[in-house]
Amino acid sequence: MIEIKNISKSFNDKQILNGISGTFHKGKPNLIIGASGTGKSVLLKCIVGLIKPDEGEVFYDDRNFTKADRNLKVEIRREIGMLFQGGALFDSKNVQDNVMFPLNILTKMSPEEKLERVNFCLKRVSLENVNKKMPSELSGGMKKRVGIARAIVNNPQYLFCDEPNSGLDPQTSILIDDLIGDLTEDLDITTIVVTHDMNSVIGIGENILFLYKGKKLWEGSNKDITHSGVEELDDFVFANKVMNSMRDK
Amino acid sequence: MLIKTIGHYFIFLGSLLNNRESFKTYYKLVLEECVLVGIGSIFLVALVATFMGAVTTVQTAYNMVSPLIPDYVISQVVREMTVLELAPTVIGIIFAGKVGSSMAGNLGTMKITEQIDALEVMGINSISYLVLPKIIASMLMYPLLVIIAGVCSLVGGYLVGTLTNIITPSDYIFGIRFVFQEFSIFFALIKSVVFAFLVSSISSYKGYYTRGGALEVGIASTQAVTSSVIAILLADYLLAQLLLGGS
Repeated sequence: MIEIKNISKSFNDKQILNGISGTFHKGKPNLIIGASGTGKSVLLKCIVGLIKPDEGEVFYDDRNFTKADRNLKVEIRREIGMLFQGGALFDSKNVQDNVMFPLNILTKMSPEEKLERVNFCLKRVSLENVNKKMPSELSGGMKKRVGIARAIVNNPQYLFCDEPNSGLDPQTSILIDDLIGDLTEDLDITTIVVTHDMNSVIGIGENILFLYKGKKLWEGSNKDITHSGVEELDDFVFANKVMNSMRDK
Repeated sequence: MLIKTIGHYFIFLGSLLNNRESFKTYYKLVLEECVLVGIGSIFLVALVATFMGAVTTVQTAYNMVSPLIPDYVISQVVREMTVLELAPTVIGIIFAGKVGSSMAGNLGTMKITEQIDALEVMGINSISYLVLPKIIASMLMYPLLVIIAGVCSLVGGYLVGTLTNIITPSDYIFGIRFVFQEFSIFFALIKSVVFAFLVSSISSYKGYYTRGGALEVGIASTQAVTSSVIAILLADYLLAQLLLGGS
């Protein structure tokens, strides 16, 4: 479980996040949603420690990450897997080396064990026989899947996904969503997904946190999102024509 | 602003030694960087140095108008210029242009494509992991490049001098050996280690803190070369003053 308390962040006097609190549960996907520029990615980066919040604290299973010393921070980070918006695969390494990278650095597994684990993770994301391909030879969806394989290869306790569907066609988006949902359940990990894709919201949004202009306006599940009574959330949810047609009915 | 940047650069250097990975990890990375930095630069360095020696020979001969000055002085001048200045400093500027810009571009691209964030999220000190091997490899390989440059420059001078009848082979060899001070070699090597550190650390610093997109990566590469060249020239003067000033 990850808990955030009163997170605030400003850049050059512009308030990006304003006192956001929330709890992200284990074993089900937690979504942070909102329109572009509302601070979703900044919040995610504050949670993983890539950006230091001006105020507030982040707890990983009751361990205070914000006030942790260097050793505890490294320890917690080694329990984290993260899928970045563009995949963030290392250009100079092939698929196998990209996925194996965390194992090379963080474990003392034998080369055979590492290869077995890499192949298992690649199979888990439905990618086989691509071990020797370079990132430049992969499609957007494949890059995301390799990114997921790399994120889960070291058995993380916490999985973070920044816009996993951006730039993908609807079918691939659904595949990625299902994959994230299944992994979260199977591995019993705490997953946080930042997205503005309504398909993801409806598909895997069991715990949703809605941000609007740097503030948390609503928290709930995909079952409640269409009748939240929050005008800003309704504007966001029903901006999609399909959703809007459902609203009219 | 300049003081803030210099302070930030020193903090960056301090981070190189924090939370390091295993020796085995660095060993592999340093070897990879040695190939990129050293082997990848040999052709350019050799080419530039050969022509540098050749041109120095021709121009020195052109300026020797007095019949009282013996011919071997030409190769003596080529030797001194090559060892003291051309090989370590001019090749340093070439090194900044080739290797420095490549380091800044590489790290800048990694930064804007979140590859550096990916390392940080894994709990890896990205500065130490990415930059330390580049600096160590540069400090190992650049002195070797300077030695190669020195040899190529003297050979270039010899070829042009003898083939165009500016100087006889025996005079050229005699001039190269005449009143030779071994300390010049050590001085050149000390300079090369310092220049390698400056180029690799400044270029890495510029690349690592790139923000934005492709345009900013280009700007970071340009700034890396400019700042490295300025640092080389300042260090060149300071080292000359410190190590040769009293003699």
